[in-house]
Parts: sequence; C-alpha cells; structure tokens
Amino acid sequence: MQQYLFLIPALPLLGFLVLSMAGKHLSRNLIAGIGAGSICAAALVALVLSASFLQSPPESGAYTQILWNWFLTGHLSADISLRVDALSLVFICIITFIGALIHIYSAEFMRQDRDYARFFASMNLFVCAMLTLVMADNLVLMYLGWEGVGLCSYLLIGFWYETPGNYRAANKAFVITRIGDTAMIIGLFLLFKELGTLYIPDILTKATEHFNSGSSTITLIALLLLSGGIGKSAQLPLQTWLPDAMAGPSPVSALIHAATMVTAGVYLIARMHTLFELSPTAMHITAIIGAVTLFIAGCSAMVQTDIKRILAYSTISQIGYMFLALGVGAWSAAIFHFFTHAFFKALLFLAAGAVIEVLHHEHDIFKMGGLRKKMPVIYYTFTIGAAALAALPLVTAGFFSKDQILWYAWSADGGHPLLWAIGLAGAFITALYSTRLILVVFFGEMKTTPGHLPGAAMTVPLVILAFFSVAVGWIEWPHNLLHVSLFSEHVEHALPATTLKAGLPPEIVFQLIAVGVSLFGIYSGYVLYYGESPLLMRWKQSQGLMDVRNFLFKGWKFDQLYDTLLVRPFLFITRINKADVSDKLYTAIADINLHLNKLFSVSQNGSLRWYVTGVLVGILFIITLQLLL
Amino acid sequence: MSTVHAHTVLIVAAILFVLGLAGVLTRKNIIFMLISIEIMLNAAGLAFVAAGARWQQADGQIMYLFILAMAAAEVSVALALVLQIQHQHKTLDVEQLTALKD
Repeated sequence: MQQYLFLIPALPLLGFLVLSMAGKHLSRNLIAGIGAGSICAAALVALVLSASFLQSPPESGAYTQILWNWFLTGHLSADISLRVDALSLVFICIITFIGALIHIYSAEFMRQDRDYARFFASMNLFVCAMLTLVMADNLVLMYLGWEGVGLCSYLLIGFWYETPGNYRAANKAFVITRIGDTAMIIGLFLLFKELGTLYIPDILTKATEHFNSGSSTITLIALLLLSGGIGKSAQLPLQTWLPDAMAGPSPVSALIHAATMVTAGVYLIARMHTLFELSPTAMHITAIIGAVTLFIAGCSAMVQTDIKRILAYSTISQIGYMFLALGVGAWSAAIFHFFTHAFFKALLFLAAGAVIEVLHHEHDIFKMGGLRKKMPVIYYTFTIGAAALAALPLVTAGFFSKDQILWYAWSADGGHPLLWAIGLAGAFITALYSTRLILVVFFGEMKTTPGHLPGAAMTVPLVILAFFSVAVGWIEWPHNLLHVSLFSEHVEHALPATTLKAGLPPEIVFQLIAVGVSLFGIYSGYVLYYGESPLLMRWKQSQGLMDVRNFLFKGWKFDQLYDTLLVRPFLFITRINKADVSDKLYTAIADINLHLNKLFSVSQNGSLRWYVTGVLVGILFIITLQLLL
Repeated sequence: MSTVHAHTVLIVAAILFVLGLAGVLTRKNIIFMLISIEIMLNAAGLAFVAAGARWQQADGQIMYLFILAMAAAEVSVALALVLQIQHQHKTLDVEQLTALKD
C-alpha cells in the first residue's frame, strides 16, 4: 500500500493541471467529470489505504513514502516525502471523502457559472494542497501545503470577483492569515535553530531530550506555532476574516471554511503535541483562547441574520471547542470533534447553499420561513445537521464529541472548572442558535416563493452527510455508558492518551448537566422563535438590549477595533509618508547625476571649433603639468 | 656644407604648427581646415627630421615616412567625408554643421 501513497495528493493535482490548462476547451460534463472524478478517485485510494492501515497497522506506526529530495542546503534537507500515521489518516479520510461529496454537489450547484472550469481547478488544487499539508513528513513541505490552502482559500473567496466587496473579503482573509503564518514560520526557524531538523518524527523525539519542560524557548516556539494555528483556524484575536469569507460560493464555505482548511490549526497543534506538552503555559493559553473564542463567536452567531454568517460564527465557535480540548490535553477528543464537526458543518453549509439557491440568492433568514413542506429533503437533512450542532443527546454525532470535550475541560490534567463553565455556556448558546436557525428558516409563514428545487447531485450528498452526522458518533461512546471507543484507540496510536485528575465527581453528573443545558438551549430557542413570541417582542422594545444585540451582530466590534488600532494609523503613516522618506537618499543620488549630466552636455554643442579648442586646452594642460612636475 | 642648427628648424616647425592651428581654429570652410591640419602634420614631421639629424638617428626619418603615409590615408578618408557632407548638407561651413550636438 505504501507505494501508492503519492496517488492521494497527485490525483487532485492532475485534475487541477488538466482543468487549468485545457479547461476552456472542455464541455461542462467533462469538467465536472474531471473535477469531481479526481477527488472521488483520491477518496477511493484513501479508503483502501485506511482499510489496510486498520487491518494491519504498520510496525513503525506510519506508512512512509519518499518521492524525491526537494532541496539540500547546509544541514537543512527537505524531502518531498509523505508520512501517514493514525492522525493524518483521519484528516485524509475527511478531506477526500467530504471533498468528494462536495465536488459532486458543486457539479450541479455551479452548473450555470461562467467559470465552471476555474472553480473546479481551484477546488482540486485546494484538496491537493490540504492533503500535502496533512501528509507531509517534514515541516517545510507542510508549510508548502499550508500556504497552498491559503492561496486557494483566497482564490475561492474571491471567486465571484466582479461583485464589489468579494475581493475585499478575499484580501482580508489572506492578510489576516498571513499574520499567523509569519509567526509560524518564525517558529519553524527557531525550531530548526534549536533542534537542527524539521523532520517531524525527529522533532518529536528530540524535543523531549533537548528542552526542559516549561523553558522559555519551548514556550516561545509553541506560542509561535499556536499563532499560526490561530490565524488559519480563525481563533481570537485573528477570527475576523472567517465571517467575511462567506463571500465565496457555498461549496467553498463547506469544504474550506468549515470542514477542512480552518481545522489546519488543530492539526498543527496535534501534530506538534510533544512541543505543547513541554510547555504548560502554551497549553493553558491554547485552552483559554479556545474557550473565549467559542463563547464570543457563539454570542455573535446568536444574532446574525445572514444564514451563512450564522454558520461561519458557529464554525469559529466549534473550532474554539477543539482548541479548548487541545489546550487541556484531550488530544483525541479534539480530533474527534473535528471528525464529527466536518460532517455536520459541511452538511449545514451545503444545505444552506441549496436553500439560498432555491430562494433566488436570498441570504437573510428572516425573509425565508415556511420551507418545511416545500423542500422536505433539505429540511430533514438541515435539521439533522443542526441537531448535531446543538448536540442533541445520543442520536447525533455532535453530542458524543462535545460531551467528551466538556468532560475533559474539567477533568483532564490541564482542565479547570472555569473552562468547563464557559464550554457549557457555549453549548447552551449553540443549541439556542441552532434551534433559531431551524425555526426561522423552515417554520412560520413563507416569505419568498421557492424556485426550482435541487436535483439528485445536490440532494444525495446531503443525505449521505446527514447519515454520517448521526452515525459517526457511535464509534466513540462515553466510557461510563458503553465500551466502544474505536476512534480514540485509533488516534492514540499517534497521540498521547488523556490523563485525568484524581478525585472527580462521577462522569454521569457532567453528562446529565451537559444534556440538560443542551435541551434547555433548544427549549429556549423554541420559546423565543416559534411563532410570535411576546418575550422577544418585549426585548426588541428595549434600547439597551438592542445595543447589546448590535454589538454582538458586529462580531463584538473587532473589525472596528482593528480598524482604529491598526488600519487607520497605518493609513495615516502612509499618507504623511507619501513621498517615502527612506527613498530620499536614492533619489538624491539620481538627481545629482542628472544635474551633472545637464552641466556637461552644454559642452557638446556641435561646433567643431569648440571641440578643437577643448582638445588644445587639454593638451596645454597636460604639457604644463609635465613641465611643472 | 653649411649646417643648420636643430633649434632653428624646430622654430620653423613651431611656426608652421601654430599657423596650422590658427587655420583650424579660424577657418570656416572644412577644406581649409583639412589643409591646416596637413600643415600641422608637416610641422610635426619637420620636427622629427630635425631631431633625427641632430642625434644622427634614422628614427626621425622613419617617423616622417609614417606620418606621410598616415596623412595620405587621412586625407583620402577626410575628402570622401567632405564629399558626403557637401552632398547631404549642401554646405561646407562648420558653423552650420552642428548635427552632432547633444
């Protein structure tokens, strides 16, 4: 199996190359066939790979394939080489499998678009880059994938570049993630300086010998890597790009800004877990960032009116849960939440895309309403997705992963009751806005007449994703309920097991509280948004509450904050420095030469007599010098 | 055989040279400038011959032969150029031939 590893990223790359070079001359059917086909083929290879991995795990814990030496300078050697261990395998499966479903969905969704080939070319390149990111065995190649997904994200957010504002959203995403990327590459430099290698398995083994636990160097490295993750995964304080990134087509939001790319930060931290374990400070900061982000983004999701922005804020919030889990040392719980979240959030985005399409590009949920009867398939699948998001107990995947995180947020070694409390508040908010979403969009009276309903290529992926949004939870049960923990057993080949504190209350208490909070959230949503709610009416009258609502609606005004703190001062400096002070020296040199040139060119006047005199004066000068010296 | 002092000849050569130089500087017609240059060349040749006679060396006469050959070549090229100038600009006045200025 090992020798076929390269096929997984190579097939999407091939699709990208064919589509980008010959895309203009191909028919739409062929473009869809190549675009979706390459990902489906990669998914098949990944399926065979995981089957063989699960049946007979390789002795070293990973499949490896060295393709060629990329470059070699001094002690730094970077190979184009792939390494698939238990952790990468989870990511590969999600990327190829969900990627394939989303590509099939896009084949119909984007059918009318002028740039059909460009869309699939970019999507294929994205899948290729994302696979490179998770399969790389050294951090240089991983960084290549890391920047590759950033590029594709930029290209696809700005896909409809003719609409004003879209390119702005694309630029914003690119620039803000660049802040994190810069920190991350500095982290890589430091790591190389300390350990002399960027080969991932070497780093993980050498780090424990080289660094003292909690030393300032390792903390700095871990924090720099964390910053990279924060930028890519839209965590506080670099979260502001993700809601705007919804300018891209819905399948892009589903694939890049929900299921895969934004979880690259989670992957990075999990991959570098040894470094983080050596630095308790970095771990605490990760957990705190996750907790604060999940709360802040959840609050914003509660009051948004654009269906995709609700989901975007919810994505930020769910990734916050993953960071929280990583920070408390619950590695497998974080990856498990990534796993379930990828299914239900991709489902929600695709279903939302279908709703928007049917309602003639209407994004405002308060102009939707009453769609339950008109589009039953989308209604049921969307409801399943929202239920998973709200962590409806036992029947949805979201419950199993979120419950695990909440339990570890208190009980794991790095856990703290406060983290647990924030997570619990987040769970309440999540349940509330999920319910609000369903009730406002699908119940009540119809406000926009639906158009043409989506065909099978769009509904079948929805149904498949809905099935998995329910079913994947059952592979990992809470320890006290049922002894099924296939997922954590698998992931713990690559990641350390979670250690628990001593002397805790029984787990069932936490579970009951979490279940109660989720159900209470759903009930609150029902009370507030089912039909005309007198309570909501009264709240709308109150000026103070509306101010709070507007504050949350604007995403806690982070954009304004950054605008005042960074953008305006920067623009001010550029305005007063329009002539560029540092250029003065160089322009001065050029100016002096120009003046000398003007001075001397006076002597070249075309008069032969003048030249002869010049020669004569020169000769006399030289002779005089000879005589004098 | 009456001997001529070398510095007498050098004075003649210097006078010739200055005459030629004055011609180059003051003449307007390009052909007269050429003739003046020939005079300057001959002044230089005379100085060489005088020096060769003074030190009883053949070098001076050999240099004069070189100068003669060079002058012939130069005149032939220069006259060809003069013909072209006359042909293209319809004038031989150096005051008006200023196409080479900056």
